[in-house]
Amino acid sequence: MTADQLLIFFVGIVGGALRVGAPFLFVSLGECITEKSGRINLGLEGVLVLSAMSAFGASWLSGSPWIGVLAAAATGALLATLHGVLCSLPRVNDIATGIALMLLGMGLAFYLGKPLIQPQAPQLPAIALGNWSDSGAVRSALQVNALVPIGIALAVALWWAFANTRAGLLVRMAGDSANATRALGYSVSAIRIAATAAGGMVAGLGGACLTLFYPGSWNEGVSSGQGLIAVALVIFARWSPIRCVYASLLFGGAGAIGPALQSIGISWGYHLFNIVPYALTLLILVMTCRPGTTVSGSPGELSSNH
Amino acid sequence: MRNSLANVLLPTAAIAAALLLFGVFVGLAGVNPLDVWLLLFKGAFGDWYSWQNTLQRAAPLMLTALCVAVPARAGLVIIGGEGAMVLGGLGCAALAAAMPLPSGFVGTALVCLAGALAGALWIMLAGALRQYRGINETISSLLLAYVAIGLFKHLVEGPLRDPASLNKPSTPSLAEGLRITGIGGSDVHWGLVIGVAACLAAGLWFRMTPSGFAVRVVGGNPRAAQLVGLPASRLILLACALGGACAGLAGAVEVAAVHTNANASLIAGYGYAGILVAFIARQHPVAIIPVAILFGGFGAAGSLLQRRLGLPDASVLVLQGIAFVLILASEALRDVDWKAFLARINRFGPSEPSPIPMPQDKP
Repeated sequence: MTADQLLIFFVGIVGGALRVGAPFLFVSLGECITEKSGRINLGLEGVLVLSAMSAFGASWLSGSPWIGVLAAAATGALLATLHGVLCSLPRVNDIATGIALMLLGMGLAFYLGKPLIQPQAPQLPAIALGNWSDSGAVRSALQVNALVPIGIALAVALWWAFANTRAGLLVRMAGDSANATRALGYSVSAIRIAATAAGGMVAGLGGACLTLFYPGSWNEGVSSGQGLIAVALVIFARWSPIRCVYASLLFGGAGAIGPALQSIGISWGYHLFNIVPYALTLLILVMTCRPGTTVSGSPGELSSNH
Repeated sequence: MRNSLANVLLPTAAIAAALLLFGVFVGLAGVNPLDVWLLLFKGAFGDWYSWQNTLQRAAPLMLTALCVAVPARAGLVIIGGEGAMVLGGLGCAALAAAMPLPSGFVGTALVCLAGALAGALWIMLAGALRQYRGINETISSLLLAYVAIGLFKHLVEGPLRDPASLNKPSTPSLAEGLRITGIGGSDVHWGLVIGVAACLAAGLWFRMTPSGFAVRVVGGNPRAAQLVGLPASRLILLACALGGACAGLAGAVEVAAVHTNANASLIAGYGYAGILVAFIARQHPVAIIPVAILFGGFGAAGSLLQRRLGLPDASVLVLQGIAFVLILASEALRDVDWKAFLARINRFGPSEPSPIPMPQDKP
């Protein structure tokens, strides 16, 4: 490996962390909002795939990628609202509903997205971070999705809002004590449905990152468990939006190892390097979880279905 | 009695409602829903050819559904059956490629055992992570499924690849004598018998044996299990191993009876469809048999919908998704007091104040 190749590999990882990490960022922020209100939405995997499809479709039909982004957010919110409403019914468990929505979201996306496999949709603009270098490979590796700064700003805003706004405190209260919420005269179900819908909307932006930037096309393999990794990532980030940013970048970097190696001509073990993010998630779960105790920072009534 | 009636009626109503909604959904695409329903039935159960296709798909579904249902009885939601199934198929093909095996029943049993063992270890890993590290088994089992699929692709395209397989990387084919054959010359292979037998055996295990009962206690009331001193971790790992073994067996059967080698067509979503089957069967092993046949039928009809009506091949996935959502929602109806509900509907308009019994004046 020459110095040049090493630079390209290194830049590939950094650029890839921002590129591959973008969907992780949005889905983990979405899951963070949902879980703060006391529900787990495993269906964000389905939200991610369905909103990725609708982003691509809307961008292709309208010619504007930003319409695609809006469509993705709307689709995500719709599917997540279904989750929120279903979980408010008696005897309905949020984990099972999440699995159902994962399958439903993927089914709908593959069904409606069939005509979208061939065409090319207008893509989101890129922010060039690599202009300092005169190497073309470095420049192309450091093209960053325009949604990434929005995501980071959103993370900061959420972090602030959870601590300082009425809505943020209400969501946290619903997650920590349903009884306290009721005692203050608020509807627990309504808060949780709203938080789940908002979470789905944010996660939908992650779908837009997938089809409108990287990999930048729609096919049935566009997401393979990123939504689910993001759910696990929230545990690792201990329900803090700011830590979600770091965690997403870490996972993006792990996911970029395979493609970065391929870009310098090493194709051995491509599939093995692709399982690094999953293995890393498991490893991190092993390190953060303890039997019989809840992770610190966890909402008090997470997934308890009151 | 009332409860077991609800156990049958609610899922049936949910599936009927799912079919109805699915008809409306395809109706939006300009396809006549009546044609869709007719073709779904024809493609699934219309003639002997469809039945063969249906039963061929039902066999792995039964086994992957057990991978959800058996751990569910121990209180775990395991959804990574796809991974165990894929590794089971790989284990089966790898053993056959690694050493000469006796032809006939013994050899077939050995490759199937290899598949079951691979699946059992994989799901046990998810169970162990939960018991000893406190990791949510739903998330870990699905993450492990992606790891398993990655490993599978790496091994099939690399170390275990048959150099002769050019376009579609696959392992060397199983010898003729190791394969699972059709029953009486039909396309329905003995895997169906294995699936049905596994469902019945699991049902008997839970109902008739102390260990099966102990697993149900652990799942139903962990506190009670602790008080009577049941070895909860061991029982949970046992349930995971048995469930995983079933999914691994599904992969082995698919390899030995259908594909003859391990290749990417093994990753066909049986693990995910199995989750739905198990939930509709309310995690009851024996109820899995008819539900798996029904959804095997929908799967078989999918290609007919595609050919005749030009619907995308994912339409069956949509049907499955709708059915899954409705089956969960139907649980909410369980507690409804139907008599009061019907009485309220029958009484049109605003409800009148109930008459207050007055003491009758004697004339």
